[in-house]
Amino acid sequence: MGTVVDRLLQLVTVLLGVTVIVFVMITLTPGDPVEIMLGDMKAAPEQAEALRRDMGLDRPPVERFFRFIGNAVQGNFGLSFFHRRPVIDVIAERLPATIELTLAALVLALAISIPLGALAAVQKGGALDRAATIGALLGVSMPGFWFGILLIMLFAVQLGVLPVSGRIGYGDEVPALTGLLTIDTLLAGRFDSFAQALRHLALPSLTLALPMAAPLMRVTRASMLEVLRSDYVMFAEAKGLSRRRVLWRHALKNALMPAVTIAALETGSLLGGNMIVESVFGWPGLGRLVVESIFARNYPLVQAAVLLYAVTYVLLNLLADLAYTLLNPKVRL
Amino acid sequence: MSSHAADVLAPPIAARSPTAESVARFLDNRLAVASAIVVIAIVLLAIGAPWIGPHDPNEADLLRRLQPPVWLEGGEWSFALGCDALGRDILSRLMYGARVSIAIGVIVILFATAFGVATGLAAGYLRGRIDTLISRLVDILLGFPYLIFAIGLMAMMGPGLHNVAITLIAKEWVVPCRLVRGETLAAREMEYVEAARALGVGRLGIMLHEILPNILSPVIVVATIRLAHVIILEASLSFLGLGVQPPTASWGSMVADGREFMLDAWWVSTFAGLAILTLVLAINVASQGLRDAFDPRFHD
Repeated sequence: MGTVVDRLLQLVTVLLGVTVIVFVMITLTPGDPVEIMLGDMKAAPEQAEALRRDMGLDRPPVERFFRFIGNAVQGNFGLSFFHRRPVIDVIAERLPATIELTLAALVLALAISIPLGALAAVQKGGALDRAATIGALLGVSMPGFWFGILLIMLFAVQLGVLPVSGRIGYGDEVPALTGLLTIDTLLAGRFDSFAQALRHLALPSLTLALPMAAPLMRVTRASMLEVLRSDYVMFAEAKGLSRRRVLWRHALKNALMPAVTIAALETGSLLGGNMIVESVFGWPGLGRLVVESIFARNYPLVQAAVLLYAVTYVLLNLLADLAYTLLNPKVRL
Repeated sequence: MSSHAADVLAPPIAARSPTAESVARFLDNRLAVASAIVVIAIVLLAIGAPWIGPHDPNEADLLRRLQPPVWLEGGEWSFALGCDALGRDILSRLMYGARVSIAIGVIVILFATAFGVATGLAAGYLRGRIDTLISRLVDILLGFPYLIFAIGLMAMMGPGLHNVAITLIAKEWVVPCRLVRGETLAAREMEYVEAARALGVGRLGIMLHEILPNILSPVIVVATIRLAHVIILEASLSFLGLGVQPPTASWGSMVADGREFMLDAWWVSTFAGLAILTLVLAINVASQGLRDAFDPRFHD
């Protein structure tokens, strides 16, 4: 238990450090936020000065940092220059799309990599093993943005079976309960719309899943090979249990642990990947919003989003560590 | 074992050195050797671009707008891979783009490795406050997803070649640092280090002349693996418009430029995407071969 407390204390240090870096990044970003916010409006110097005071930009950096933390804890990241609405509202609007895409990619990556990795280990040196190894190498070497374009060309343009961009068909209005369209359509009993949402999700989630599936498959293969060589598997086989039962009930169960840990760690990398994927597929999520905001110099939004991503990433890593410890009592943090 | 203390402890039998054995093991791996040759060929093409490149990569000729490659109708040998939307030669831009990808990759890996090794050695050998400070900084930087950190920093510094390199170095050094710290922690308890200490070798001498040579091979292997990763990151930043700025050719921005013409002129972004895939794949295969040959844990 003490180690968990230590880990949580360490987490606080990391989060504080992350916040300092994000604050410094934005503070040192060139350009006067007041000028950017006023844009083309012809404001009198006194009005600009009043706005500067309102935004607390006339205060010393240290004071601004503590004010930033105080506000951030309350979810107040100021106004989005571009949308002229609170940043947190704009992010909340876009977040469900990103969560849906990330979860779909995670499910897809697990569904591809675990059976394939296990089969590759069982048939070590065989055709499937070689194909899976080549596939994994291609997966880690393929630039995601180009893979996305190729998928669009093949499935959307040439074959015309999947949509190019967006989350659902035009005019398909679904009452927003969770913001995740695949779930909302099911809750509303709209199965046609559900199919539409899935079709829109297919290509972006596959693009995002690929770089994650590749290392996951290799880890599953390696840990499965190790388990297959272990005494208890040999013992189970010697006891007369069927090969199939030994493989899928005993070996895979034990081989899954490293894969689950890597999956939790890699989920963090999906957060970065979705900026690229959302940009390629016109997916209306947070990743695309951040990229657009950089070009619009909408810094309050960039600041909040980077912090949100980093905090999520740190928490995911902590959960992965804790899950690993719980699953494997031999490991202590 | 190139260290003095290790030499003293080395067995007197004159066998083939471990390095020579590792090199021989690497050369036996035909796929890895072929991949290394592909990497070297791309590097040579990149270096030789100003002399062997058929055209100026930035010379626009609107009469040749979206001209197809030589094997398609309307193509010609002097513009073998066709032209982009501004009528610029794609082959020349690919060759110059390779300079950007390789230069950024090599510079980032060299600086990040040098800094990571120095900090990792200091943290692992000196321990105490220095270790705590460096380890906390590493933990904090690991708290950012790579691309998010890069995007945040690029927003601060603005796009451009130098800034891409600085951004990637600022995040990449934690990888060798963690590796070297771990290896140093193990090495400092080894007999050869204790022997050196007993002989009165100073802390800097032990770190640089005893520990460093003995942990160098995993560092080199990891550096080559990370090179592929850095090249994809640079291409990703350029694709988003945050990396190298026009008119400088870079593979990532070439893919982005050709995206809107994929229906009528697939060659504009396809060749650049293929170039990234080829280089990264070749580096990955070659670095796996290096790892298998040089890291004893992979010898079976």
